[in-house]
Amino acid sequence: MNDRVKPQDKIRCDACPVLCYIAEGRSGACDRYANHGGELVRLDPLTIIEHSDTAVPFLETGPDWDGDIVQSTRPFITAIGAGTTYPDYKPAPFIVSQEVDGVDMITVVTEGIFSYCGVKVKIDTDRHIGEERSVVRVDGEPIGLVMTSEYGSRMLSLGGVDHLTGGSKKEGRVTCDALLNLCNSEPVEMTIDDGATLTVQAGQAPIIDGERERLMRVGCGSATIGMFAAQWKDHVDEVVVVDDHITGVLSEHQAGRLLDVPHTGIKVAGRKSTPGRYFQVAEPGTGWGGTNITDPLSILKPADAKVAWPGLRLLMVSTTGEQWAYYELDEDLVPQPAEIPPVLLASAERIAENCEPSLCSVLFMGGAGGSLRAGVTENPVGLTRSVKAMLTRVTCGGAPAYVWPGGGITVMADVTQMPTNAFGYVPTPALVAPIEFTMRRDDYAALSGHMDRVRRVEDVITPDIRRVRG
Amino acid sequence: MTGPQAARLPGDRLHLQHGPIDLVISVDGPGREAAFHAAARRFATVLEELAAELPHLRLPVPSPLPGGSTARRMHRAVTPHASTFVTPMAAVAGGVADEILAAMTAVPGLTRAVVNNGGDIAFHLAPGEAATARIAGLDCTDLGQVRLAASDPIRGLATSGQGGRSHSLGIADSVTALATTAAEADVAATLIANAVDLPGHPAISRAPAQSLDPDSDLGTRPVVTAVGPLTPDEVVTALKRGLAAANAMRKHGLIAGAALTLGGQTFTALPTEADQPLLTET
Repeated sequence: MNDRVKPQDKIRCDACPVLCYIAEGRSGACDRYANHGGELVRLDPLTIIEHSDTAVPFLETGPDWDGDIVQSTRPFITAIGAGTTYPDYKPAPFIVSQEVDGVDMITVVTEGIFSYCGVKVKIDTDRHIGEERSVVRVDGEPIGLVMTSEYGSRMLSLGGVDHLTGGSKKEGRVTCDALLNLCNSEPVEMTIDDGATLTVQAGQAPIIDGERERLMRVGCGSATIGMFAAQWKDHVDEVVVVDDHITGVLSEHQAGRLLDVPHTGIKVAGRKSTPGRYFQVAEPGTGWGGTNITDPLSILKPADAKVAWPGLRLLMVSTTGEQWAYYELDEDLVPQPAEIPPVLLASAERIAENCEPSLCSVLFMGGAGGSLRAGVTENPVGLTRSVKAMLTRVTCGGAPAYVWPGGGITVMADVTQMPTNAFGYVPTPALVAPIEFTMRRDDYAALSGHMDRVRRVEDVITPDIRRVRG
Repeated sequence: MTGPQAARLPGDRLHLQHGPIDLVISVDGPGREAAFHAAARRFATVLEELAAELPHLRLPVPSPLPGGSTARRMHRAVTPHASTFVTPMAAVAGGVADEILAAMTAVPGLTRAVVNNGGDIAFHLAPGEAATARIAGLDCTDLGQVRLAASDPIRGLATSGQGGRSHSLGIADSVTALATTAAEADVAATLIANAVDLPGHPAISRAPAQSLDPDSDLGTRPVVTAVGPLTPDEVVTALKRGLAAANAMRKHGLIAGAALTLGGQTFTALPTEADQPLLTET
């Protein structure tokens, strides 16, 4: 074996006097610069987004401003890799001006260190991942909790100052690490107390207890009955749509009654809500329709002998159409598996087809505190007011940010709309997130901006800047 | 090339950074601002001075005395260990911390001063003052605390191991050493961590240092890249090897004490019975 490193495999870093030789795929002594395919890269390069599409003018008539502050045909400087001057008694690293259709625009670009930050995660699944308020853990450390479910989705709230700096050091470090990975669209495995083990990755399907979720349900069991009742009524006597939330029974359901579907005597376990709609037919789980069942017959009670008849055709299907079973009642009125007619199989497939792909979405949420604002202006509240008055647009790594009403500048932004590796961290622990404030030059002056620090966009864009297509 | 950076951190601390060096400095006493000023002034050229002598500093001792004052601190700290393979680079972090602390303590009016160079710490205590250092494992579990009084001859504390940024020849999760200077603590922690080992154990992966870092002063020596599961007995065996090294250093007056951690077990090499124990359970 040859242990000697071939000279061409390493490069020399000239970022500081140490002048490290760095092998391919490794970083220098400082961990700030690395050899990436023979090129010296800063691990957090300043990034600009270059838009390839020509913007469609809002009005055909001419150079009127179309309302798009960040003109799509122009390079937009993001804060990624801009660095920060935390704790921000100095002006932000980049205050950039460019003329957009005759109006001089300013973008203040900084990387903010967010101790008050976290992510909101939407997981498209009906599977039970854990009770609301349950603790979400990574490496055994609490990093957040399960919050109120949304339609067809489970929601997590992760991070926040109490986990980052309020708990043990390990809790802070693990939380920061998990947030960083989630924000950079990397997979993170987490467990929920008395619930599931999840792998969450922005823009990807969740993996729940080892199984990759595929589809969101088309609706609850009751809604599914409503949508498909007309297609079923001529081909089957009874349909049970199994759902952890509301299991639907066709013949009892309002939709079935309107279509004159006769009663069948098929009886479902659980608590009846309104006719044909049942709560809690089973325990929550990762089986059929977000329940824990794997055998659908387990939710049926013996059929009513006064109503049911031998040969009765029964379809059981989950809310995503992924699980289905077809039965016919025997002489003893016991369901026996039978071959599903093609038209019913097609209906199960149609349910599946109407389900959207299941994804995890990750929204970064953070508050731009007083000190970060001071990097933008000498009068920090002026920036808040300008944002609230919609004179200043806020973006995170170029992604549009929703600014919460009320005090401060609390923003949410979709991490998948940002360039890769937009986030970093500091050992505080806290997340380093890009944030840009864009406004007209005169508005910037009006809010006591650091006008003497304004640089032309051409002066900021140098050859070593990372360019991504927007 | 990026020059040295200075910034204030919350809690009235000073952060100095240049290349791979990150110092976090805190000072108590009316001389704080002047001390910060002195630290930043001295820091301005420290890395350049070291870089100029790097090839020399990467040679094993015994070697000729280098020229720079930080380099001399490193060289002085490692030379007593010359019977094993060691280069002055094993004390670089502690040496820089000592150098900056020395520049600060020339300023009057400091009751306490601490220069933390990534866990290798040099500190100053005015007469009658004391400091408490908490030792934590890689997972931040509390391993105990050390109370350091001005009357103790200890002004340096350093930690080495798998959690560190530099490569280790051993498998210790962490080794914390206490010594007269940070440079002495730094090299001692490094060498004790190297000694915590199970040579030839199949669960331990190693790679030549230069395959990971072409500049490594360790050359082709095999550094540990991963440690698989070990039995509690194996952990004890490895820790005992490290403990033997630590006790030998203590006997020769090179360290005041050390705490060694691996796989959830901690061994300590404490000062002799007559002395006040340095490590206390918390």
